[in-house]
Amino acid sequence: MTRVSSRLQGLDFQQAVVYFGFLAIFLFFAVTLYDDGFLTQRNLTNIVLQTAPATIMAVGLVFALSAGEIDLSFGSIVAVSALSCAVALQSFPMPVGVLVGLGVGVAIGAFNGVLVAYLKLPSFLVTLATMGLFAGIARSMTNLRSVPVMNDTFTGLFGSGKLFTVPSLVIWTCLGVGIGHLIYRHTRFGAHVLATGDNPRAAQVSGIKVARVRLYVLMICGGCAGLAGLLYAGRLQAAKYTLGESDLMTVIAAVIVGGTALNGGKGSVVGALLGSLLMGMLNNGLILMNLKVSDQMIVRGLIILIAVAVSLRDTSR
Amino acid sequence: MSDHDVLSLTNIHKAFGGVVAIEDFSLNLKAGEVVALVGDNGAGKSTLIKIISGVYSPTSGDILLDGQKTDFRDASAARANGVEVVYQDLALADQQPVYMNMFLGRELTKGPLKLLDKARMRQETQELVDELDVRIPSASSTISDLSGGQRQGIAIARATHWASKLVLLDEPTAALGVAETARVEALIEQLKAKDLAILIISHSLDQVFRLSDRICVLRRGKQIGVRDTKSTDKNEIVSMITGVA
Ligand SMILES: Nc1ncnc2c1ncn2[C@@H]1O[C@H](COP(=O)(O)OP(=O)(O)OP(=O)(O)O)[C@@H](O)[C@H]1O
Ligand SMILES: [Mg+2]
Repeated sequence: MTRVSSRLQGLDFQQAVVYFGFLAIFLFFAVTLYDDGFLTQRNLTNIVLQTAPATIMAVGLVFALSAGEIDLSFGSIVAVSALSCAVALQSFPMPVGVLVGLGVGVAIGAFNGVLVAYLKLPSFLVTLATMGLFAGIARSMTNLRSVPVMNDTFTGLFGSGKLFTVPSLVIWTCLGVGIGHLIYRHTRFGAHVLATGDNPRAAQVSGIKVARVRLYVLMICGGCAGLAGLLYAGRLQAAKYTLGESDLMTVIAAVIVGGTALNGGKGSVVGALLGSLLMGMLNNGLILMNLKVSDQMIVRGLIILIAVAVSLRDTSR
Repeated sequence: MSDHDVLSLTNIHKAFGGVVAIEDFSLNLKAGEVVALVGDNGAGKSTLIKIISGVYSPTSGDILLDGQKTDFRDASAARANGVEVVYQDLALADQQPVYMNMFLGRELTKGPLKLLDKARMRQETQELVDELDVRIPSASSTISDLSGGQRQGIAIARATHWASKLVLLDEPTAALGVAETARVEALIEQLKAKDLAILIISHSLDQVFRLSDRICVLRRGKQIGVRDTKSTDKNEIVSMITGVA
């Protein structure tokens, strides 16, 4: 009983918004786009498949934001990781390609992290700079060319494959969210991330290694972006510098709508999943409505604005 | 009150760059003894507490804890040695529940995966706040939903829970009303009864005279003197603080 009531208390307005928003948009599209096939199993599955990389990035971002940091560079990391992996796969077996892709992501995250945690530079500026830096590196790596990925094991594992009829991208989404949630909510590290974002001084005098937490959250962000890069490369069977380029706004919006505070100390991995699915649904619905691309962008921007405004509204004021 | 020194400070000196914050401070503290540290704003009181708790290291001088020379590299080293601090600017994480604050940095875990044992932390926190009569809605309440007095109660309860030797309190009742102040003072009496050594900073001389066994006066980083509370009065302390006879 006390458990239930404390659960209910924990589910505050900002966290609940994503559930209602999700349902509302889902129902809206289900009714208005019924004839266009929104509700078909194929379309719904498609939404989940398409959002898989963004969801994984969102999980990483929850950690960074909760620790009071931000990562703007994850989109560029996606491209660099995917390209590195694709290049490696041309001459090496699948596991090497995977390790290269993930390793590059974690390494760039560590680069961000060291600058933030130990040189005490603001993560906003550091990752703003590295976003541009690695976007440039992604372009120059293969001279703007896309690199095909022909390794069937790889494209099966990270793209079109299935395990007992469950698409691999769905499995990656579940794994990413499940493990992320477990670490975030149920480990000491997760508690230290929250405390660091909430009150770094209190965390420090309580013996929490605040700098190390900051380094680790940015490495997690980089690693998640690396995995997202692999998922893109697997699904599209190719890597290109444009991968991840347009995900910045969507992922940040997904995370904020999902109940994670921009200034740290509070967040939800499951909320980020719902936020990401919500963004995916929005994309999908606007396309099914046959809107022009420019109109899609305008409507999406407005809806994100409303969603973020509603979820950030402080009910105690 | 036993007669061995829990804390002994000798010739502590602390400078921030060219600014001397503490010069030549010496003090011994016994178990079950309450010493009040008084002085005007900027006298160096908080700095002294931060030196003892390992936040700053002294420029020179010795700190002995239970007769052992110590040189805490950071606040967690002091905590590991039974020294707890209630900071002037409360060191609580506002958006986290009470029980997570109670166990901040020392979270309990269970099982091979070392997952947080939230149920046990919640339960132990509830027992503790019940025992100390800190009245909060529940151990799962979020700190930001509590009143200033309740927060201070949590900070002191945390210190009580973890301290085995020494508790340092920096203006624990500065922001509190009459009833809340009385509660916190009762908590401090309980700490004393548990035979902990207590160093408390306060600007309220009434409180200092209610709680302390001895009073130590600082003025602009200088130690002006130490008096037995029973054998001094407010006038003497005030003139020591201000330097006006
Ligand atoms: N980190 C620091 N760097 C430089 N100077 C400092 C630092 N901390 C404290 N000081 C200086 O040391 C002196 C003592 O400050 P302290 O905070 O110990 O005063 P206090 O007695 O606690 O005052 P209050 O009653 O206002 O809390 C002040 O002059 C302050 O400016
Ligand atoms: Mg002070």
